[in-house]
Amino acid sequence: MTIDNSTESIHTVEAEAKKRGPGAWLSSIFENKYIGWAALGTAILLPFIDSSTYTLNILTTAAIFVVLAAGLNIVVGYCGLLDLGYIAFLAVGAYTAGILSKMFVLPVLFTLPAVIIMCILSGLIIGAPTLRLRSDYLAIVTLGFGEITRITAQNLEITGGPQGIYNIPSYLVIGDLDFQDPVIFYFLTIVIVSGLVLAAARLGKSRLGRAWKFVKEDEDAAEAMGIHTYKVKLLAYIFGAIWGGFGGMLFASHLTAISPPSFLFLQSALVLMAVVLGGMGNMKGVVVGALAISLLPEFLRDFSAYRYLIFGLLLVVVMVFRPQGLWPPRGVEAERTKAQREAAALANGLKR
Amino acid sequence: MAQIIWDGLFVGSFYALIALGYSMVYGIIKLLNFAHGDIYMVGAFIGYTILTSLGGSFQALGLFALILVMMVSMLLTGTIGVIVEKLAYRPLRGAPRLAVLITAVGASFALEYGVAAIASPNPRGFPVRLDGETVFVLGARVTVPQIILMLIAGVLMFALDRYIRKTSTGRAMRAISLDMKGSLLMGVNVNSVISRTFFIGSALAGAAGVMAGAYYGKIDFLMGFIIGLKAFTAAVIGGIGNIRGAMLGGLLLGLVEAFGSELVGGQWRDAFAFAVLILFLTLRPTGILGERVTERV
Repeated sequence: MTIDNSTESIHTVEAEAKKRGPGAWLSSIFENKYIGWAALGTAILLPFIDSSTYTLNILTTAAIFVVLAAGLNIVVGYCGLLDLGYIAFLAVGAYTAGILSKMFVLPVLFTLPAVIIMCILSGLIIGAPTLRLRSDYLAIVTLGFGEITRITAQNLEITGGPQGIYNIPSYLVIGDLDFQDPVIFYFLTIVIVSGLVLAAARLGKSRLGRAWKFVKEDEDAAEAMGIHTYKVKLLAYIFGAIWGGFGGMLFASHLTAISPPSFLFLQSALVLMAVVLGGMGNMKGVVVGALAISLLPEFLRDFSAYRYLIFGLLLVVVMVFRPQGLWPPRGVEAERTKAQREAAALANGLKR
Repeated sequence: MAQIIWDGLFVGSFYALIALGYSMVYGIIKLLNFAHGDIYMVGAFIGYTILTSLGGSFQALGLFALILVMMVSMLLTGTIGVIVEKLAYRPLRGAPRLAVLITAVGASFALEYGVAAIASPNPRGFPVRLDGETVFVLGARVTVPQIILMLIAGVLMFALDRYIRKTSTGRAMRAISLDMKGSLLMGVNVNSVISRTFFIGSALAGAAGVMAGAYYGKIDFLMGFIIGLKAFTAAVIGGIGNIRGAMLGGLLLGLVEAFGSELVGGQWRDAFAFAVLILFLTLRPTGILGERVTERV
């Protein structure tokens, strides 16, 4: 009746390592250390091939989506906390940027310090009371917070109510660079996004990142080893919030108009899908997942009615058959020897 | 005052019906079934489909037709609940929490947008409306359909309470929630009892869906999202896993919401309910009637 998943996952990893047949060239491409640079180069070259407003619009949106997925990956992928209201941070960032730049007639980019401060604050407000909760309560509380944020934005006067904020001034001219030009803005977005993705990936390998992964694997063991789990989890939240804030700022200056319907639960779920499908914890996989989730609908317009149905089914199928995601992070530990595996299997058997 | 209390109790009885399903499932396999609110939505759509396809002469039967449709809808939503459990949740029993939660979100998404794809995403008007006379009770305006719907909800809840406390299946459910492995060793057919739990919970949600459709007159594919969240709130207030707690929590949440929206304005109603949820989870996560549960290691 109980499925012994822990040993099963060991076996699948092992089987994959052995298979290495036709997929080997593919994985050698993906695991190549220059793959990130290649992706960045492609992103920079794309406007030279097609610089229509439509294409640039899609590409910029996709790049912003990548930031969100990278941020949620810190919370869900590294630390294993299910946040179903992640879009709230995008909302906080976007509204802060929009309100301030309209109020003081500032280019949106100059609101960045305020955006980051607001996002850290909201991360603290949401995280501090909830992170002591059981993991599944956390999921539903973040969902509640996401809805509260949207309802608040809809009802307050300063956020413009249901109409939201429009005519956000996005002009910023430095020398010959006019940031209102879609191409220039696209390049700016790419620079910010790639910096953030790189930072998130490095963060995952840092001391803090290892602590996050430990908390994800086994919170009690982590606590016993001297990791202050509450503090570490709160930090994951705050970092996730900052990434969300960056996304929000870019979002506000890209669209120049924001309104509550942009921050529905649906959006949170889409970001979560990007993280889960790409492979929780693996930044490269998450970037691919985010690009897939945001670009595929453009190619599959005929299936638009079934899009979310397919996404939902995909989530279930991936979790049932490949819970580590399509492209999971490669473990850095040495592989276990046969004797160690048997001992682990035995220990698992005894525990159950 | 009496009006606010009555409205609160009425909405609360809907919450209670849905909260029961959440609470039963959580009590037995510690799974947060996100798809539960969507089962309620599916119930409303099944009721809508049957009523429109049977035509006007059947709809003219009014309340009788509605109860008949409600029973069919309960059977179907119960079956859907069992299928969802079998396909999405059972393979992951014993898997890490995160995986199970994500699966539940996926199942909820699939149900919502599955219905949207089949029945078009636009809201539909429910063909049978319950219009009735208004009676004044202690100064509160009470309509006859409201009384009937509350009676149905009450009967369903009473039957469930008896079922869980008096029958052998009910005893098996309580045993599994205490110790799944122990009950397996004692000869309880765990899988079939869990299936039955999903059936009952989903059937109650389906009943609530048909009732809500007939009362509010409008259904759409996202109607289960907010109410699912609120039913979860109700289950938490009462103490999740506790059947009577879920009923109490539903009524309490209805009251709190009615007074709250009177106090801070109707547009803050949902935000107020979720604030109550967050407060409860931080201050008293075990709810009013619940017992302390330790996290599975």
